Amino acid sequence: MSTAPAAPAAAGGRAGMKKELSEHFKAYKGVWVFMEVERGVVHPVSFELLGEGRKLADQLGVDLAGVVLGPKGEGTDHAIAETFAYGADLVYLMEDPLLTDYRNEPFSKGLTDLVDTYKPEILLLGATTLGRDLAGSVATTLLTGLTADCTELAVDADKSLAATRPTFGGSLLCTIYTLNFRPQMATVRPRVMSMPARREKPIGRVVTHPLNMAEEDIVTKILSFVADRQTGKVNLAYADIVVAGGLGLGAIENMQLVKNLAAALGAEYGCSRPIVQKGWMPAERQIGQTGKTIRPKLYIAAGISGAIQHRVGVEGADLIVAVNTDKNAPIFDFAHVGVVTDAIRFLPALTEAFVRRLSPHNRDRLAG
Amino acid sequence: MHIVVCIKQVPDSAQIRVHPVTNTIMRQGVPTIINPYDLFALEAALRLRDEHGGEVTVLTMGPPMAEDSLRKALTYGADRAVLLTDRFFAGSDTLATSYALAAAIAKIGEVFGPPEIVFTGKQTIDGDTAQVGPGIAKRQNLLQLTYVSKIAELDLAGGSIKVERRAEGGIQVLETKLPVLITMLEGTNDMRRGSMADALRAARAEIVTWSAKDAGIEDILKCGLRGSPTVVKRVFAPSPRAEKAKQIELQPAAIDTADGLLAEIFGRLPALEHELVELHETL
Ligand SMILES: Cc1cc2nc3c(=O)[nH]c(=O)nc-3n(C[C@H](O)[C@H](O)[C@H](O)COP(=O)(O)OP(=O)(O)OC[C@H]3O[C@@H](n4cnc5c(N)ncnc54)[C@H](O)[C@@H]3O)c2cc1C
Ligand SMILES: Nc1ncnc2c1ncn2[C@@H]1O[C@H](COP(=O)(O)O)[C@@H](O)[C@H]1O
Repeated sequence: MSTAPAAPAAAGGRAGMKKELSEHFKAYKGVWVFMEVERGVVHPVSFELLGEGRKLADQLGVDLAGVVLGPKGEGTDHAIAETFAYGADLVYLMEDPLLTDYRNEPFSKGLTDLVDTYKPEILLLGATTLGRDLAGSVATTLLTGLTADCTELAVDADKSLAATRPTFGGSLLCTIYTLNFRPQMATVRPRVMSMPARREKPIGRVVTHPLNMAEEDIVTKILSFVADRQTGKVNLAYADIVVAGGLGLGAIENMQLVKNLAAALGAEYGCSRPIVQKGWMPAERQIGQTGKTIRPKLYIAAGISGAIQHRVGVEGADLIVAVNTDKNAPIFDFAHVGVVTDAIRFLPALTEAFVRRLSPHNRDRLAG
Repeated sequence: MHIVVCIKQVPDSAQIRVHPVTNTIMRQGVPTIINPYDLFALEAALRLRDEHGGEVTVLTMGPPMAEDSLRKALTYGADRAVLLTDRFFAGSDTLATSYALAAAIAKIGEVFGPPEIVFTGKQTIDGDTAQVGPGIAKRQNLLQLTYVSKIAELDLAGGSIKVERRAEGGIQVLETKLPVLITMLEGTNDMRRGSMADALRAARAEIVTWSAKDAGIEDILKCGLRGSPTVVKRVFAPSPRAEKAKQIELQPAAIDTADGLLAEIFGRLPALEHELVELHETL
């Protein structure tokens, strides 16, 4: 979607368009998940997508396949095994040394060739820098629809993929279909879907297909790769507890209140988008549609109104606690527990209460 | 050297409101801005031009009023602006948008000289797909460098470029051949202030305005709603949780409320309290 739907009126006009799937496209069957493997490690978003893909495939009564592109070796073997362990019925495999590190040219050719040969009806990718680089190329080559950053995937009555994503500006979601083209492509950001259970399973059917490319065919060369320093790296997406602050905190100094509470809980801290725009916290701390999606056990939001772009980033939390002066703030529509009060006064009190409750002499109470 | 920068005019999201009853977006009176992510692309392009010489053409597809954004880009120092506007483009999704923009870039190449580099922003704040850049690259057969954090070296004579690209686990240093499409990462530079001379020039400049036909687009079935494989079927407001948040009353002393909140939290997540206590022991 480059042009956002204007309003339901316009959407109504589009809804009038009928599905007329050509015979050629009717042959497209099965749900595919592109398995993102970098340096032998499978990105967790691929497992999350296998979990979603499993549901779609079951509803459609078709197979779920994982697509693995990589060099021959341990990393790729491991990725194949994990793809089965997270629920795939089969794996499409393209093994070639040219697929060692991600580059657009060999990966987009490889994935496009696989789609053209084995014809899936649905193709899901993670909305990571890799997934988005690849999805845009593949969808354009195939001339099919691509719905980016979906927050919900479902199969509707006529077996089409209904892909829901937030739409611009206000508190709205829209459901998008790719009526007359196949595959129906969608990307989903890490942590938007829950992680399915892993079950040890023997390796099943593996369909191999050659890349048919030589290094000379690839123009772009990788000169080096500088891995991110692991130390001090923010790991919001996978944190168990997250404390976040919004504009309601009013001043840069009050960001410290959020950090203090996070420190007391051994938690990560984050913020809403305006906080990043004001320069009160770095961009890597932003939570929401254009920041990180989180799925903590506990999420504490202070002075955050709960706009849809924020909401989609936190809805997967087990328990959402909101502190807001406005009892009608939208965040109370999806928070589990709300405290209607001034967060600037309340956060220090809350920090102190946690410290007291978790202090040594209190743990005997728990042990007993 | 010739660089084309694709910019989009978007509503200033900070000021958008949704009608509480009809759930439609209230656009009236909402000011428009250049998509903030595109400014990083424009500044990167201007810096390359300043260093290597040549021209920067800004391109947008949108309604006639999108001219405002192009003029703004001229005040920053772009040399030329092209507005692609036609009712046939209404309702374009990413595939149709990249089709139209790629056609316009080809035309720009014919009329003003082929670009060595096409820039787009990382994503738009309204469409927000990050897919138009890769779409243009594929259609124009340009090599694609996405999420570029730094342009390390441009060798015009040798026809090559070296960049740093944000990858999932680190930074890739890539080298490729011109022409390329670059999507620029945010926060990689600061937009300049534009000179007085540029402001005066921008006010008087003629904006090259092209219809689909002017841009050489023959197949209008590939444009707009008809050229868009994706169809928006439903726009709706998110449903509130069936059960509203349990609201804890503010007690006279905030500290009581805090203890009450803790009881509520750990009542619902008893395992978490054990984990936290263990964590504190190890601290
Ligand atoms: C395309 C797009 C993408 C976006 N992506 C994101 C994103 O990823 N993440 C994101 O967060 N936003 C995003 N936004 C912005 C989003 O729409 C909201 O504007 C933003 O989340 C609001 O931030 P906020 O809640 O901090 O501020 P506000 O909406 O201004 O809310 C402040 C809240 O604080 C309360 N308050 C005031 N004083 C106090 C006090 N003393 N104590 C307690 N509460 C108080 C107020 O009642 C209010 O509810 C995006 C917008 C667009 C258009
Ligand atoms: N209508 C448009 N006109 C010009 N450039 C556009 C348009 N739509 C998208 N772009 C460019 O493509 C990038 C990605 O947009 P999107 O795929 O919508 O997130 C933007 O940052 C712009 O540089």
